[in-house]
Amino acid sequence: MFDRRLIQCFDWGLLFLTLLLLGIGLIALCSAIFSANLDMTAANTALIMKQLIAIGIGMGFMIILLFIDYRHFDQWAYVIYFLTLLLLVFVLYHGRVVAGSRRWIVLGLLRFQPSEIAKLSVIIVLSHYYSKTITDQGLSFKDLLIPLILTALPCLFILKQPDLGTSGLIFLNASVMTWFVKVKKHTLMVIIGILLICLPLGWFSLKDYQQARIQSFMNPNSDPLGSGYHVIQSKIAIGSGRLLGKGFLQGTQNDLAFLPEQHTDFIFSVLAEEWGFVGSSALIVLYLLLILWILYIANGSRDIFGKTIAVGICAMIFWQVIINIGMVMGLMPVVGVTLPFISYGGSSIVTTLISIGILLNISMRRFMFD
Amino acid sequence: MSNSYLKTIDNDYYRQRLSGPLIFILLAFAILGTRLFYLQIIEGESYYTKSENNCIRLQRIPPERGLIYDQNGELLVDNRPSFDIEIVPKDARPYENVLPDLSRYLNVPKAELIAKLKKARGSAAYRPVILKRDVSRDVLAQIEVNRYDLPGVQVQVIPRRHYVQRTAVHLVGYLGEISGTELRKKGLKEYRQGDYIGKYGVEKEFENYLRGKPGGRQVEVDVNGRVLKVNVTEKPSPGHNVYLTIDAELQKKAESLLEGQSGAIVAIDPNTGMILSFVSKPDYDPNIFVDGMSHDQWNKLVNDYQKPLHNKVLQGEYPPGSIYKIVTAIAGLEEKIVSLNEKIECIGHYRLGNRSYRCWKKYGHGWMNIEDAIGQSCDVYFYQLGLQLGVDRLAKYAKACGLGKKTGSGLELERPGLIPTSKWKLLQTGEVWQKGETLSIAIGQGYNLVTPIQALCLIAAVANGGIMYQPQVIKSIQTVTGKSLFEAQQKAKGRLPASPKTLQILKKGLWEVVNKTGGTAYWHARDKTIEISGKTGTAQVISLKNQEEKEPQDKSRYEDHAWFVAYAPSIDSRIAVAVLVEHGGHGSSAAAPIAKEIIKAYLGREK
Repeated sequence: MFDRRLIQCFDWGLLFLTLLLLGIGLIALCSAIFSANLDMTAANTALIMKQLIAIGIGMGFMIILLFIDYRHFDQWAYVIYFLTLLLLVFVLYHGRVVAGSRRWIVLGLLRFQPSEIAKLSVIIVLSHYYSKTITDQGLSFKDLLIPLILTALPCLFILKQPDLGTSGLIFLNASVMTWFVKVKKHTLMVIIGILLICLPLGWFSLKDYQQARIQSFMNPNSDPLGSGYHVIQSKIAIGSGRLLGKGFLQGTQNDLAFLPEQHTDFIFSVLAEEWGFVGSSALIVLYLLLILWILYIANGSRDIFGKTIAVGICAMIFWQVIINIGMVMGLMPVVGVTLPFISYGGSSIVTTLISIGILLNISMRRFMFD
Repeated sequence: MSNSYLKTIDNDYYRQRLSGPLIFILLAFAILGTRLFYLQIIEGESYYTKSENNCIRLQRIPPERGLIYDQNGELLVDNRPSFDIEIVPKDARPYENVLPDLSRYLNVPKAELIAKLKKARGSAAYRPVILKRDVSRDVLAQIEVNRYDLPGVQVQVIPRRHYVQRTAVHLVGYLGEISGTELRKKGLKEYRQGDYIGKYGVEKEFENYLRGKPGGRQVEVDVNGRVLKVNVTEKPSPGHNVYLTIDAELQKKAESLLEGQSGAIVAIDPNTGMILSFVSKPDYDPNIFVDGMSHDQWNKLVNDYQKPLHNKVLQGEYPPGSIYKIVTAIAGLEEKIVSLNEKIECIGHYRLGNRSYRCWKKYGHGWMNIEDAIGQSCDVYFYQLGLQLGVDRLAKYAKACGLGKKTGSGLELERPGLIPTSKWKLLQTGEVWQKGETLSIAIGQGYNLVTPIQALCLIAAVANGGIMYQPQVIKSIQTVTGKSLFEAQQKAKGRLPASPKTLQILKKGLWEVVNKTGGTAYWHARDKTIEISGKTGTAQVISLKNQEEKEPQDKSRYEDHAWFVAYAPSIDSRIAVAVLVEHGGHGSSAAAPIAKEIIKAYLGREK
């Protein structure tokens, strides 16, 4: 039953890129956790173990996904979507609060953030919808109403946690996908107009600390003891890496423990300090390669559902990379978006690996339509 | 181009749609690359020097803790500046070289300093470690003079809690260094190791108000960790000031009256429920909890048989003795078992079955009505009343009078006391309630346990005509600028289970206690100018049988507890007091004079 062509068409390149990025992530995690003068305490090694387990689970999902034709997702799109919504509602009432946000579902040893899963679910459900409604004239307002609701619901639930970064990310992904399937010119203009009006309104609905974060980005001095300080230290760390970096485990900025999120959101600064311009620009190039590779997969896929999914995942990884690296270099607000493959965090790793699994799947089934 | 064509076939259309994003992606990455180049190559050197000694740092500025005043604004708890010597291990590089000198200046053994540094290991290497708190000016001068030979050493000026007056210590409470378990607690996230936190009393209960918010400064330091430049400072916000309901003058008077003894005094404004004085003796100096104490000091506090750390007002549970007759009288009158005109004869004892129960007055009180029975505290009268009521009906009234449960003061560690019922005894001991036990209960001996604050609330409610107010200890909480955050308002919890008629009879009886010849406190509490009403109580510590067996070496430990609850003036009362003297002997001789002095001090001053 198993088609030999599936193996022939297997996308070794994508897999290789993925493993490379994961490897770099583990190196960076070691740097972030063991500064040169600290012992290997149990708590620290446990962090690495947890990350390895998350990678294992993610890989497991990835492999399972290879055997399921991705077009099944087309049929199950709404089911997946509603299950995700249920989780998002559940987390609002029974989630665990960490640092002021109710983001975590805890089931015994298993802990995850449903908002990470929501990123993928929205991509799948929108791909399903768009693959049915696409026309070469472009979508009109009427066609966009349902995708708007499909996107807005999870975004609102996630905003409520509150997690501004993730809900913004979902919205960005949805916009890219919508733009890809084409919107009527007239409609697009009106939407942009509405957005311009709504932006100021949105500003006032942000929580104080979120406003403060954006303000501190605009002017780091407005929160010199909080995020402003984080950005300054992160810039010093990156800059001090110079051309070749200080070397593995030789970073010093880490010692300040200035960043509560140095192994999650700010991990790029740790990496840049130790590996310098050479290392960090290599990482950026790797990300660029990955993103182009995904676009290539989108291009090669022969059905519109596969194409839109690939575009959605491409957007997801692209925005996360740009926002995260932009943020640690002081180009973007500190919004709490993880760096895919590299940042510490099980939910993020598993979600990213699942999406890679889907891409591998799409890529190896591109011949099916011949 | 048809739609079905779009949906099935690979074509140039999509390739074209992907070319737009492609350009966008390349552009975005180009920006990242440029920024990276700028930070690492162009500005690299300057960032590198900045990173060399981690020159940009955050320092915390601890807030000034809120002050505590009495109701009239007299300062009870203050802060004073304290100079703490800290070291930043990373700046000392290596700190081994600094320690011998430091040990000499601070007069702390080197081993102890090393132990402190070891303990702090694991937290960030740039976080200062406190080596010695509150050093003297001499030590400070030495450190300052030699600063250039002591890299990494810094002096922190920290506001330190200071208990200006050793008064109302059990109410005010104290601060202590935060413990590991407290640090891990969820709500206490912003605290750091070495911080002080309210551990007891108002200091603990109102921690959130008192604490304030730490500020900080972002500084640039040199290689030795000395501050070169302050970039930004965020001022700490001071904590809020707390005004107690306590009247400091009265409080000190009450404390002096109980000096050298063990017991409790509480006074309240019966019309509002505001506590006026709150004394538990013996007490301790709360400053030792902040400044640190030796093991010996601690052991002495803990092992003292008079329990100085114990808050006897809230935690002391004592048999109420005859003050419980107030409850028995209310129950008897309300249940129509007696009326004002019914008289009972007391011949000095009461026979039940084959046992004889004695009255405290050996040859009896003769015929008396309920007012006289209260006034002279006749046991025989109340034996009979209790017997007719039964233990459970009596318990119902006791509980309705606020006994056997917390008063709602909101203060930590308050004990509920105990009001026994027949069911309770069956559950506890498996034995059936005996009638003879009801007799003991009716006069406040036996299983009954009452705290001084419960006794106070009861007598205050009698004084004001039956309204039970929640006792309160905080008058107001204000910000430093004087904005009020909280103003105490009287809160009625309920009413005594007594009709106006009953209360009238009861109050007449309580008046007789002090003001009619034969009243138990006639000789000890009567005052020429102020009419006082009250009730004495003498709580047996151990039963008479035991007393015979064990001839007490130290009489003071086996003597009875003395109670006196009172209010004054008898009409339109403005103060109610409960006095308990542990092992004081008779309520009339040991407790009543203290209550009288307090009442005189308070009302005398008012005029």
